[in-house]
Amino acid sequence: MLGQIAYALPFLAQGFAVTLWVSLLVVVLSLVAGVMMGVGLVYGPAPLRWAVRIFSDTIRGIPILVLIFFVYYGLPAVGIHLESFWAAVLALTLFKTAQVIEYLRGAVGSIPKGQSEAAMAIGLTFRQRLAYVIFPQAFRRFLPPWINGVTDAVKGSALVSLLGITDLMHAINQVIGRTYEAMPLYILGAVIYFVVNYALSLASRRLERRFSFIRE
Amino acid sequence: MSIAPPANLALLDISDVSKSFGSVEVLRSVSLQVTRGEVVTVIGPSGSGKTTLLRCVNFLESYDSGSIRIDGKEVGFRDTGTRQRRSERDLAKMRAETGMVFQSFNLFPHLTAAGNIMLGLRKVRGKSSTEARAIAEHWLGRVGLAHKADSLPAELSGGQQQRVGIARAVAMEPKILLLDEITSALDPELVGEVLEVVRSLAEDGMTMVMVTHEMAFARDASSRIVFMADGGVSAAGPPAEILGTEIDNERLRSFLARFRASHF
Repeated sequence: MLGQIAYALPFLAQGFAVTLWVSLLVVVLSLVAGVMMGVGLVYGPAPLRWAVRIFSDTIRGIPILVLIFFVYYGLPAVGIHLESFWAAVLALTLFKTAQVIEYLRGAVGSIPKGQSEAAMAIGLTFRQRLAYVIFPQAFRRFLPPWINGVTDAVKGSALVSLLGITDLMHAINQVIGRTYEAMPLYILGAVIYFVVNYALSLASRRLERRFSFIRE
Repeated sequence: MSIAPPANLALLDISDVSKSFGSVEVLRSVSLQVTRGEVVTVIGPSGSGKTTLLRCVNFLESYDSGSIRIDGKEVGFRDTGTRQRRSERDLAKMRAETGMVFQSFNLFPHLTAAGNIMLGLRKVRGKSSTEARAIAEHWLGRVGLAHKADSLPAELSGGQQQRVGIARAVAMEPKILLLDEITSALDPELVGEVLEVVRSLAEDGMTMVMVTHEMAFARDASSRIVFMADGGVSAAGPPAEILGTEIDNERLRSFLARFRASHF
């Protein structure tokens, strides 16, 4: 049994690499898109605020699995054909972006209005106010839910196996299909996902402590 | 054709400014001129528009009509006369010409006392870190907090925080300093130390417009007192005249009477 699993390890490692690659893409892309759209939601003109609001509410109201199938199987109907890998990344990114928007809105919204006004009064421009006054304070509130979201993204990336992408989950299922050793392989998979996410939580706690000097 | 501005041009020229929040008219064609070195105190019952007027001067609030000029330059709108709002960059530049101190201090909690002062010096005035630090230390010394340069706001008392707030505003060398009820959030025993700083700035010739409920201070420190009621300037003149008993203004009289009744 162990011999069979050992034999499959390189294959599982490749799957794990795909899992990390998908997670990293989703986390980075959704962070950039979510922060930009979140700023639009908080500070933008009315039409932009509505657009972001509708986007966020719609995406958050759809199960992620439906979103993945919609992007992969639905979009070709309107002429958008994506490879399964990119379809999965796009769907997960849309989902994550909607969450980042809400985290950002909550974090920035918790900073008292007087902070923006004081920053305006000394002549800082909008971008400078965000960069030097608002974001440094909002960061501490943004971080905990966002890290939670990152671990969700790592776990959620297992859904890409449903489009036939050989991530860790899919690789495990394939090895089980050959070896019929379901129990040890699922345990191995669970341990790997757990280790990655636990490391993330630890890193998050350290970061939070580093920024805990900010008191109101 | 260009005409040189007259030498006696007011540093701050508020002319016929009106503003409504919805159906409530908070400013009714207010006009007020402040010349260089003057200390003007604005008093009046709450809801009379004092704070709104102050916030219009650095365009934290926009206004519906009229004009506000500092050194002849319209504050919030382009000089084309079309009431086109200035660009974000221009507004920031105009705001850097005025300093503002807030009732609730509004220090940046993630920066030290010195860091609060240095932010504008570095990012707006383009000073080096060393220069900015020297200026910050100079002003912290002026407000009696040289030893607190590296303290975070949360480690300072209210009075100390407000003195940092004043230092942050004046370090930018504004043309005018706007003080918005800066002692209202302080415990009574801390009011004196803050007013002392304001007094010393006035002696240095800093032009100030101050909204306050500290009548004794208004009487001693200001060159002129403006009484606002219902969004308009109801009376204005030297302290002795406005706070004296001769004044022929029923609203002002009843305001002062109520004020005295509640403070003695």
